[in-house]
Amino acid sequence: MTILVLAEHDNTALSETTARTLACAGQIGASIHILVAGKDCGAVAEEAATLSGVEKILLADDPLYQHALAEPLAELILVLAPSYDAILAPATANGKNVLPRVAAKRDVPQISDIVAVETPEIFLRPIYAGNALQRVEAKGFQKIITVRASAFKPVAKANAAAPIESILPARDPRLSVFQNEVLSQSERPELTAARIVVSGGRGVGSKENFALIERIADRLGAGVGASRAAVDAGFVPNDYQVGQTGKIVAPELYIAVGISGAIQHLAGMKDSKLVVAINKDENAPIFAIADYGVVGDLFEVLPEFERALDNAGKPA
Amino acid sequence: MKVLVPVKRVIDFNVAIRVKADGSGVERTNVKMSINPFDEIAVEEAVRLREAGIASEVIAISIGPRECTETLRTALAMGADRGLLILAEQDIEPLTVAKVLKAVVAEETPQLVILGKQAIDDDCNQTGQMLAALLDWPQGTFASKVDIKNGRISVTREVDGGLQTVDLKLPAIVTTDLRLNEPRYASLPNIMKARKKPIAEKTLADYGIDATPRLKILDVREPSKRRTGERLGTAADLVGKLRQAGVI
Repeated sequence: MTILVLAEHDNTALSETTARTLACAGQIGASIHILVAGKDCGAVAEEAATLSGVEKILLADDPLYQHALAEPLAELILVLAPSYDAILAPATANGKNVLPRVAAKRDVPQISDIVAVETPEIFLRPIYAGNALQRVEAKGFQKIITVRASAFKPVAKANAAAPIESILPARDPRLSVFQNEVLSQSERPELTAARIVVSGGRGVGSKENFALIERIADRLGAGVGASRAAVDAGFVPNDYQVGQTGKIVAPELYIAVGISGAIQHLAGMKDSKLVVAINKDENAPIFAIADYGVVGDLFEVLPEFERALDNAGKPA
Repeated sequence: MKVLVPVKRVIDFNVAIRVKADGSGVERTNVKMSINPFDEIAVEEAVRLREAGIASEVIAISIGPRECTETLRTALAMGADRGLLILAEQDIEPLTVAKVLKAVVAEETPQLVILGKQAIDDDCNQTGQMLAALLDWPQGTFASKVDIKNGRISVTREVDGGLQTVDLKLPAIVTTDLRLNEPRYASLPNIMKARKKPIAEKTLADYGIDATPRLKILDVREPSKRRTGERLGTAADLVGKLRQAGVI
């Protein structure tokens, strides 16, 4: 079984979701290649080459792939596709954007957002916002799969780097042009890779108040997330959203502050190892899945939490 | 220009999902069904384009059992001009849906197809991208803003790092994200009016498309449940517990 994994990156660094997708690929087959498509992304290819279990890196370094636009990227994957039994991408915005395009052109169904590999042909995937799990068999055709990265542990670094092979860009379909992007600038760990995530909801009340959440997050070296309500209310940008249709996270510790716990939010975080809920409504559904709950006004509980961290005497 | 909006009938987002004991799926009988929320956003966007004089006609299309007529009526009550119901008894895969939609596009020749980015039942997030591929059209997925000018469409997309804006050649595919708009409530007069709007009916066979699923769903299971944990009195207790657990 030969597998192609699409690397997730920003032309400078490889996203951890790639190493996690690789772990998933390793459960499907042994011969794994990684495609790094981007512009001036040689460093990304070198980083990918050090991941355990990779046989070869294919590097398509061309301005055409700078912004991972689906139309040209799908063309590139399609050129490579006939040589592979399976094509995997992390279920990131990029992976979800491009892979169905490839699947349709290959005339095969896509298996979206898998969380486990039972056999190389049987996969587990959440449906209904994670309220049910579907066991699905894909037999007799190429497997095109997006992977829920948070469900897999990243592979380790290898002892020796895999070879990097440069490949030519594919045809430019000339359908789409990148205009601009507004990316959140943050020194904090990326939400889907963070060991700890602190998220705020509607209860936080305002954009200004969100600073409280951020302060706790920085204290803990955590990523910052939010519920849909907090994003809709304009407290934080869209890329903070954790949930069924936002980011799926599974950190060691998830602290939900002022979040009631709609099923759509739970879908994005309920696989976290330890869940803490802070909410003034003792009947909030979030408490039903929290390992530790504190019922109280977040504007009192959070400062108290910070003081308790100080008092514990050692840096958090 | 015509705008085509596919709408899917799904279990209402407020319903607590129950997995059937025999593992054959989730309980769908006597359960409230609604238009997929992302599709509702798609209908709203299309109707706004018509109201702005950019779109000439909004056609809602649904593929599924006869009950999908209700879903189409919802779209018509919001302002879509006419409906197309394509009867299908079995569940059909996104790739098949995309093939049917491609055939409808050939008949209707819209310049724009707006779809929900995902259905909240199977959570696939595929159909729009697949339709774009089959048509060789550009795609603006996960849209939070669209702007149509001079035969091109600018789509602002919700991506992992923030927002990305792309400029696409029309005809094009757009898939909606949550913040594209806030769908209107259909007024009673508009609900009444919608009853008189035409809904054409076809079957999958009319398009000669084989709808046999290629993925085999072996079973559907309950996910493992999280236990309810402990209520703590103070934040200091919480810090204590977290230190004990070694997470901070």
